[in-house]
Amino acid sequence: MSVLAPAVPVTAEDRVSVASNWQLVWWRFRKHRLALVSALVLLVLYVTVLCPDFFSTQDPEATEARLAFIPIQRLHVFDGLRPSPWVPDVAGKRNPTTLRMEWRVDESRKIPVRFFVTGYPYRLLGVVSTRTHLLGASADGRERLHLLGTDRLGRDQWSRLVHGTRTSMTIGLTAVTFSVILGVLLGGISGYYGGPADAVIQRLIELLQSLPTIPIWLALTAALPRDWSPQQVFFAITVILSLVGWTTLGREVRGRFLALREEDFVLAAELAGASQRRIIVRHMVPTFLSHIIATSTLAIPAMIINETSLSFLGLGIRPPAISWGVLLQEAQNIQTVALAPWLLVPGAVVILSVLAFNLVGDGLRDAADPYSQ
Amino acid sequence: MFAIVQAPPGDFLTTYVATLASSGSSINAEQVDALRREYGLDRPVWVQYLKWMENLAKGNLGLSLEYQRPNAELIGERLVLTMVLALLSFVFTWIVAIPAGIYSAMHPRSVVDYLLTVLNYVGVATPNFMLALVLMWGAFAYLGMSVTGLFSPDFVEAPWSLARVLDLLKHVWLPAVVLGVAGTARLTRVMRANLLDELNKPYVTTARAKGLSEWRLVVRYPARLALNPLVSTIGWYLPALFSGSLIVATVMNLPNIGPLLLRALINQDMYLAGSILLIYCFLTIVGTLISDILLAWLDPRIRLEEG
Repeated sequence: MSVLAPAVPVTAEDRVSVASNWQLVWWRFRKHRLALVSALVLLVLYVTVLCPDFFSTQDPEATEARLAFIPIQRLHVFDGLRPSPWVPDVAGKRNPTTLRMEWRVDESRKIPVRFFVTGYPYRLLGVVSTRTHLLGASADGRERLHLLGTDRLGRDQWSRLVHGTRTSMTIGLTAVTFSVILGVLLGGISGYYGGPADAVIQRLIELLQSLPTIPIWLALTAALPRDWSPQQVFFAITVILSLVGWTTLGREVRGRFLALREEDFVLAAELAGASQRRIIVRHMVPTFLSHIIATSTLAIPAMIINETSLSFLGLGIRPPAISWGVLLQEAQNIQTVALAPWLLVPGAVVILSVLAFNLVGDGLRDAADPYSQ
Repeated sequence: MFAIVQAPPGDFLTTYVATLASSGSSINAEQVDALRREYGLDRPVWVQYLKWMENLAKGNLGLSLEYQRPNAELIGERLVLTMVLALLSFVFTWIVAIPAGIYSAMHPRSVVDYLLTVLNYVGVATPNFMLALVLMWGAFAYLGMSVTGLFSPDFVEAPWSLARVLDLLKHVWLPAVVLGVAGTARLTRVMRANLLDELNKPYVTTARAKGLSEWRLVVRYPARLALNPLVSTIGWYLPALFSGSLIVATVMNLPNIGPLLLRALINQDMYLAGSILLIYCFLTIVGTLISDILLAWLDPRIRLEEG
């Protein structure tokens, strides 16, 4: 009986030696506190991506000139010592010389913030028709709630930001997914087969990498027909961003394939009569899958910054679609920003998300190779 | 390149006619046809392309349809400013990043190291147009000054003179810094990592055992070795600066080729846009070339491989 190894690992060392690759990656990632916190931030952002309308307080498209440039009503969680969220009221007064409505925060009057209030109708996850929103002021609409103020057309910035988050975060993810598919496919072909295919693909990568990215992107997006629907433009931008983005990953995958092709376990699989497809999918790809995931996580923030910059210049996502870049376009004029500094808030969200992606990516990269020290 | 510029439906004249119509004046069909013939827009696309290539070979960049001036003239001065901006921002990056990286590597896990790490992460995460906006807003709201443009109002149209150059230097540093921040952050991290690797090598211990002062020791050998990978990044960093300057220039209203390209693209001024895109590609190739030469000059091992 003594020859049998214990079925249940007892010591920490035993646990490590029987753990699967993914378990090891997770254990190492867990040690990276900042990366863990960032992953949580990203999770929150992606939850809002799923159902932005639920988190909105107002219809993001509803405009009312009278309500333009309402400042931020700061959310207070405690009323005295009692946990009951409230915001200060705003009072508008018409400026006698400019005839513009000027809004000021009135700290003396409190507006209670209620949960699960009834607001504008929408479809939850695109299916369930509902009017319930997470946060809101009273249902009759007499009390105003603008958590992040309003823009030049009186649109609620909080609601627009939530909707913009959906576009920008999705574009980052889909563009990187496209790049990964292209990169793994072409890099794989290049590395596994070598020869003329390798030469052609490598020259293509070099050509693409020698192009100045931003001007080319601008030219390509400017070439999109003006009458395309927001969905078409969204898709086109994603494709344009990933056309240049796949090259780095393609190179990396090729390098991995070149190195792995010489490994003993690949030879063993070949001798055992495994098909080429099985060798690639079952034996080679899993060994560098974690690296691909880490690299793509690090590629997402670049995509987000690029999309934001393009849209900011007016050549990316176009209104009425909302993205972070479109929101920041409102802040393009320095006089407007001086009047309404809260229009810069979407920029802070961009920085936060890019930071989170970078930290998670770094954590994943360190964890990707659990056997190294 | 030509295909990209040609891709939008319609041509410059459709845009031009639409602009005229929106501004109230009208133009009849015969005049449009005459204009179209004049610019050669009535001929098939491939004829237009060949004509363009022929002119390029002769060093003629064509005529801007919108400005009615030769493209070379329009681009010329702006190109100089683009390069001045990129080079200054490059110099800024290196002057800041290398000492910061060396300090971080010499004092790992110190307060300054952590501070620099945080700054680096934020620096990489900030889109440069965002930084430009915040700085412009800060300067406008708290200092009451406008930091857009590259010249004081008096010097915008003035011919080149010593005073104008000085005025340029007074304005150009802010955009250069804005443009360089992300690169600086990245470079500092790379420098720190490279130098940390070098510092663990036996030759450093030997030098230390011989009683060399710490500062001399680090700067004399490991720092030079740690620089090599950095030099090889110039190849893509310079082009990245050229393309990055496009966005900063648009936000800060700088007279370089970025905003010109943007305008040309929007108005379908195709020869101008095409010429600028070509210039960007050219700058990219020059950047790569410079980095190759520098690398060969710095590292004899690479030079010898060739022979």
